[in-house]
Amino acid sequence: MIKKHSAYMGTMRFFIFSSILWTGFLLPLNTWAQTDSTKKSTQLKEIRIREYRLTEQSKSPTPLQILSGEDLKRMNSLSVADALRYFSGLQLKDYGGIGGLKTVNVRSLGTNHTAVFLDGIQIGNAQNGQVDLGKFSLNNLEEISLYSGQKPELLLPARAYASASSIYLKTRVPEFEKNQHQQLELGLKGGSFGLINPTLVYQYQVNDHLNASINTEYIHADGKYKFRSTNGVYDTTAVRNNADVERFRLQAALFGKFKDGKWQAQAYSFLSERGLPGAIVSNRFDFTQRIWDRDFFVQGSAEKQLSSKLRILVNGKYSYAYQRYLDPDFVTTTGLLDNRFKEQEAYFSVSGKYKINSIWEAAYASDFTYQTLDANIYRFAYPTRNTFLNVLSSSLTFDQLNVKASILSTTVIDRVKVYSSSGDKQVFSPTVMLSWKLLKDKDIRIRAFYKDIFRMPTFNDLYYTFIGNTLLRPEYAKQYDVGVTYFKNFKNQKLKFIDIQSDVYYNRVKDKIVAQPGANLYRWIMYNIGLVDIRGLEINAKTAFEPFTDLMVNLGLTYTCQKAIDITSKLEDQYKDQIPYIPENSGSFLTRLDYHHWRANYSFIYTGFRYNQKANIIENYMEPWYTHDAAIGYEFKLKKGSVSVNGEVNNLLNQQFDIIPNFPMPGRNYRLTLNYKL
Amino acid sequence: MRSLKFSIYILAFLGAITTSCRKDPKPLPSEVTKVEPEPTSAIKGFYLVNEGNMNMNKASLDYLDLVNGIYTRNLYNQVNPEVTKGLGDVGNDIGRYGTKLYVVVNVSNKVEVLNVKTGKKIGQINITNCRYVTFSNGKAYVSAYLGKVGDPKAPNGIVAEIDTTALSVNRTVEVGRQPEEMAIIGSKLYVANSGGYSPPDYEHTVSVIDLPSFKEIKRIEVAINLHRIKADRYGDLYVTSRGDYYNIPSKLFVIDTQTDQIKKVFDIAASNLAIDDDYAYIYATEWNYIEQKNTITYSMINVKDETLMDRKFIIDGTEKNIKIPYGIAVNPNSKDVYVTDAKDYVTPGKLHCYSPGGRLKWSVTTGDIPAHIAFTN
Repeated sequence: MIKKHSAYMGTMRFFIFSSILWTGFLLPLNTWAQTDSTKKSTQLKEIRIREYRLTEQSKSPTPLQILSGEDLKRMNSLSVADALRYFSGLQLKDYGGIGGLKTVNVRSLGTNHTAVFLDGIQIGNAQNGQVDLGKFSLNNLEEISLYSGQKPELLLPARAYASASSIYLKTRVPEFEKNQHQQLELGLKGGSFGLINPTLVYQYQVNDHLNASINTEYIHADGKYKFRSTNGVYDTTAVRNNADVERFRLQAALFGKFKDGKWQAQAYSFLSERGLPGAIVSNRFDFTQRIWDRDFFVQGSAEKQLSSKLRILVNGKYSYAYQRYLDPDFVTTTGLLDNRFKEQEAYFSVSGKYKINSIWEAAYASDFTYQTLDANIYRFAYPTRNTFLNVLSSSLTFDQLNVKASILSTTVIDRVKVYSSSGDKQVFSPTVMLSWKLLKDKDIRIRAFYKDIFRMPTFNDLYYTFIGNTLLRPEYAKQYDVGVTYFKNFKNQKLKFIDIQSDVYYNRVKDKIVAQPGANLYRWIMYNIGLVDIRGLEINAKTAFEPFTDLMVNLGLTYTCQKAIDITSKLEDQYKDQIPYIPENSGSFLTRLDYHHWRANYSFIYTGFRYNQKANIIENYMEPWYTHDAAIGYEFKLKKGSVSVNGEVNNLLNQQFDIIPNFPMPGRNYRLTLNYKL
Repeated sequence: MRSLKFSIYILAFLGAITTSCRKDPKPLPSEVTKVEPEPTSAIKGFYLVNEGNMNMNKASLDYLDLVNGIYTRNLYNQVNPEVTKGLGDVGNDIGRYGTKLYVVVNVSNKVEVLNVKTGKKIGQINITNCRYVTFSNGKAYVSAYLGKVGDPKAPNGIVAEIDTTALSVNRTVEVGRQPEEMAIIGSKLYVANSGGYSPPDYEHTVSVIDLPSFKEIKRIEVAINLHRIKADRYGDLYVTSRGDYYNIPSKLFVIDTQTDQIKKVFDIAASNLAIDDDYAYIYATEWNYIEQKNTITYSMINVKDETLMDRKFIIDGTEKNIKIPYGIAVNPNSKDVYVTDAKDYVTPGKLHCYSPGGRLKWSVTTGDIPAHIAFTN
């Protein structure tokens, strides 16, 4: 129907062509450049990091999944959201394209039950409780981890205990080789959707106790891609419009050490302008809505061993987020609909851990958060929220058994300038977890946890004009999990290691508030789905082997089975129907090959059929989707520095699919990355 | 080289097991339900438009064959599988004129014209943000918020005149902001203006359009945020105001078209009404933001002497099973009352048929947000 010939395909061909030329030309000149010894040492380091992570994963009493280092660098991913797709038990909600909203739902509990932490401090969103993970680039990250339940450590801010699951993003900490005082890394990524993405990381060693880093990135994309819609009779191909993105991020960080302690401080700013591609519905394929974002925050943390028994951690943050939404389709008496939202948050946390004896530790954490939202919309309530979190936790560590328990107290005080507030709330939430090593000399462990948690309705849920409902109840989630982990390391063998984790879980969500896309992407229709019963099984397996000298093969497999059923009312037709957007089966498969300077990746992601509304009927049925992504890279020395080239193909078989109905995802697309490190 | 082969094998294997998981796309099927037949009915049946939640592209068309008692869910996709993305997003109104059926699809910016016998698509008229349809003298009139994209100075409300033979827009006339329903008495068209895009600056008038000249000749002051407008057989108009959802409640007004003056105000909430002979059948779902809850009421008015009646059109207590009444129609022949239930807007709704005595005759499951009904005879 709509066929626009686009220039970006031409650009793409140029990229591929030049990449082939580029590698072909440089290959013979540079293969000798990297000495074997440096390569061996980095490889060894990589293996050590990997091993450490794996042991951490198998020891954790709460299910933990980590992507770090090489895995993260080489993944066919542009943003944190893309990388998270490889985790089990997690569903990505993606409106498509680079600028489209990307959120995650862990173990069917809903997006708002997952907290996202950057360097240990939560990225808050009081307005809608959802963090757009598409906004966070992988470029400056060292590690992404997902904890179901909570992070099992004791010395944590109270917020780390206050959600059903947590995603931790860790910024790259400067690391210097001997006699090196600064490091520069330049990157350039380009590809489909008119993507241009230059990056710069500069790390500087001020002195032995202080490192600094600056990290900046610019993204520009026209966001255009072809999509196809068909029912077998009509067959329409069109180009996604109004999906352009322009983003700029600047981040600076200081990493310091002092006697018996360390500190870290960082400033972050993010500017963005993007089109808001709407739902592709009959007779309507073009859109004009736009969104501007300005996010800014400063945060810091310090940790110190006060005595041999007492260690404390202090965290603080101030953030300011501004969003402007313009809808030229919506003409009011004062001009076009032009909403502006300003959210501010101040946060302070103190926690301390005390070692009572060699097996018993206790910790206390106290957090205070102040959040306020200002908007230029009609009948806005101007809400502020004061949240006090206090946690008492304790752990017992025996040779083969580790038990932890915590109790969280949440006090929420909501105030509004006008109209009515939702009032004050006080909730106590307990958690218990354990990890039991069955045999002394074998790494087989049983783990289990129970966590009772809730999420507060957000400002939008409560106060948004015409939509909000101040009588909304908090949404409670009870989680039960039992799992088994096995890890084995093989020295001097072709098989390097085996790591298997498997968990079964049962969750019950009471008064579940489910967000469905409303009039536009960032407005929602809230409804209380009521009572949801979730039963799930997760399997995670990883292995590495060296089938012949110098070829390293890494394999990873995840599988998730979930029954998340609505048991609100027996009188409803939807009683015991699977809740929206949750597939019964999903999984991923990841391969990594390393051979001298070459490296290759292949991954496969599968999401089974699901329904896009409450009723499990054919009108709401969504086809399974599965994508194959592949990448190939080459790394070599160039004078003092090193260069890497990486080419990616995503959605290799060009499958046409929607994750959210009427928001088509891109078909086959390409990216080429050049990286220079000095 | 072995590794490459290995990868290819894996790829081929995965490709093979997974490509079989997706079914070939097919048009959505129709579904048939039996209801109580009325073999002697003069009215053959009716079409029902289900709005579908916004962005879901789930507007659908159902048909009730009254004579044989056959309810067909989702007829449109079966009859018109070649239409890209089907009926579209948010069906907002339906009307029958002669042998043609007009379905107004709001977010899809179109009026679909169908053959009334088969439901087969005959044509389409594109009108930005179209709302309601009414007919007179070989013409269809469609109200639209219009609002030219990106231009605050463009009209924010029009009525378009469509030639029912050529199926194209003849003339347009500017009315108040965000116009809703229309009614025609004689050679005048009355349209309820809402101004709903600019709260609290709502419109508060009914625009009067002289049909021969197609000019707005006056505006009648009524109340803020007007929505429904229905004519009775005595030359009066029943107009509903939605209020501001906060302090100003919904009300029902009666306009005498002889004088173009308000002659009566009913202090009752009214979301929707159907007028048949001497009776108006009214329901109201009023969301009260102060109390944060819905209040649902059903009432009847005698339009001959404009009095609120004691009689109810549901007397057996089954109205308790209706979560959100969303559409109403009265069979002009049998006087049966049809009430639709939109439930929570995101699940299939229900259509209930009540006897003239106010008892539930039958119920049937519809599409999402069943709302608008057009009889066929």
